[in-house]
Amino acid sequence: MITLAHVTCQYRGVTAVDDVSGVFAPGSMTAIIGPNGAGKTTLLRAIAGVHPPASGTIAKIGLAQTHLAQTQIALLPQAGRMERGFPISCADVVALGAIPHIGVFAGLPADAAARVAAALVRVGLAGLEPRLVGTLSAGQFQRVLWARLLVQDAEVILLDEPTANVDAASEAVFRDMLADWQRTGRTVIAVLHDIDLVRAMFPNTVMLARRLIAWGPTDTVLSAENRRAARLALDPWLDAA
Amino acid sequence: MIEALLVAPFDLGFMRRALAGCLALSLAGPPLGVFLVLRRMSLTTDVLQHGILPGIALGAMLGGAGLAAMGLGGLIAGLVVTVLAGALARATAGQEDSQLAGVTMVALAAGVAIVSTTRGVDLTHLLFGSVLAVDDAALFLMAGAGSICLLGLALIWRPLIVESVDPGFLAAVGGGGGIWHLAFMALVVTCVVGGFAALGTLMSIGLMMLPAIAARHWAQTLAGMVGMAVAIAIMASLAGLLISFHADIPAGPAVVLTAGAVWGVGLIFGRFNAMLARKRSD
Repeated sequence: MITLAHVTCQYRGVTAVDDVSGVFAPGSMTAIIGPNGAGKTTLLRAIAGVHPPASGTIAKIGLAQTHLAQTQIALLPQAGRMERGFPISCADVVALGAIPHIGVFAGLPADAAARVAAALVRVGLAGLEPRLVGTLSAGQFQRVLWARLLVQDAEVILLDEPTANVDAASEAVFRDMLADWQRTGRTVIAVLHDIDLVRAMFPNTVMLARRLIAWGPTDTVLSAENRRAARLALDPWLDAA
Repeated sequence: MIEALLVAPFDLGFMRRALAGCLALSLAGPPLGVFLVLRRMSLTTDVLQHGILPGIALGAMLGGAGLAAMGLGGLIAGLVVTVLAGALARATAGQEDSQLAGVTMVALAAGVAIVSTTRGVDLTHLLFGSVLAVDDAALFLMAGAGSICLLGLALIWRPLIVESVDPGFLAAVGGGGGIWHLAFMALVVTCVVGGFAALGTLMSIGLMMLPAIAARHWAQTLAGMVGMAVAIAIMASLAGLLISFHADIPAGPAVVLTAGAVWGVGLIFGRFNAMLARKRSD
């Protein structure tokens, strides 16, 4: 269970997330939606533990620890945040998913190659192990990161715009992965812009516009009234008025 | 004739020591250079090569021109400048390049000013190196720095790769973040300072960077780039020291020019991202 209590986050000196409270139940699937600049990514990074909140608390209860003494949380950042010019193969990027389990120095376990291969097959990139990630298309690269999530195999999975850049066939693969995670009781929190995907796969939704607009069942949260409130909350002209 | 040109110079003790020292740095420096290139940190190396000068000059002023004092001063100044560069980059988002250029100029001016008030230190030797300066102490400095860098890089090899590719991921899984960057920069500073007696503060980093830049035209994998860079650096060391001996120019520029020539060949004829290769694929 992940509980947010009055979480406020600063990003480059500006309040990006303002006084957000709520609970992600174990095994729940929650979408975070909101306009650009609403603090969705910042909130996700705060939950992951890489961007500590300026005030408020984020309690993670009942989650196992990894080898590196972290709670079992996997974060899929926006693909653009990675350095794709570095000469590293797809297999090596996917194998990075093992690091939380073995640490940064230990050798890979014997079954690692098989797990990497299986993960690449699952995301539709069979046989691409030796390819350098710099030679992949944006959509293929996004799917390599999905494969890394499969190897990481965490209890809580945080996704930041996981389906940006991918085609319809790949999105179908991703919906399958989401369904699997739901079946196996993973807690999934995803920043999304695709409302169809939110309605289809995520029973719960958080609507954010720096402050919390609504948090609850997806159908209720996606009301026209809430969506209008989210747009207005970030409009500087209306703020000043 | 050929023997006199290529072998006889190494009958001299200082040439043998310079060669041994440069070979040690050729094994250790270029792999660091490959990471500097891949991490897009060429600008930082510019700051570094100017930044260690005032440290070495202060070491010479306070420690009486001894190699140990100068090396220690350079090491401290290099680390300070590296940390300062990182802090400036974070504090002044968007103006990083102008801020770093400022540091570079101030450091060079301060170094030259301090050197000119210090007796017994030749500015040209300090900036561009001299094979004659390679006594036993300088050889130990070069070989010691090279050994530390080689072992240190082997130790942090994997976390450094992960930190280069996806720092956000490494931090999120608790694998550490800035610590690997700092350890890496400490190795780079050690290597640059190790080479200053023979190659000079301004040229020492050239033996690290130019082979790494040239290697990108011949290899695409990390292992391939590192191997090529080391091979090019060894070649440049050998040829550069001979040119320095025969043409009577400082060792630093001779070694760097040789590495630069190899880079030029790669730029035109290389296997990857080369002018001719690109034309062929059009």
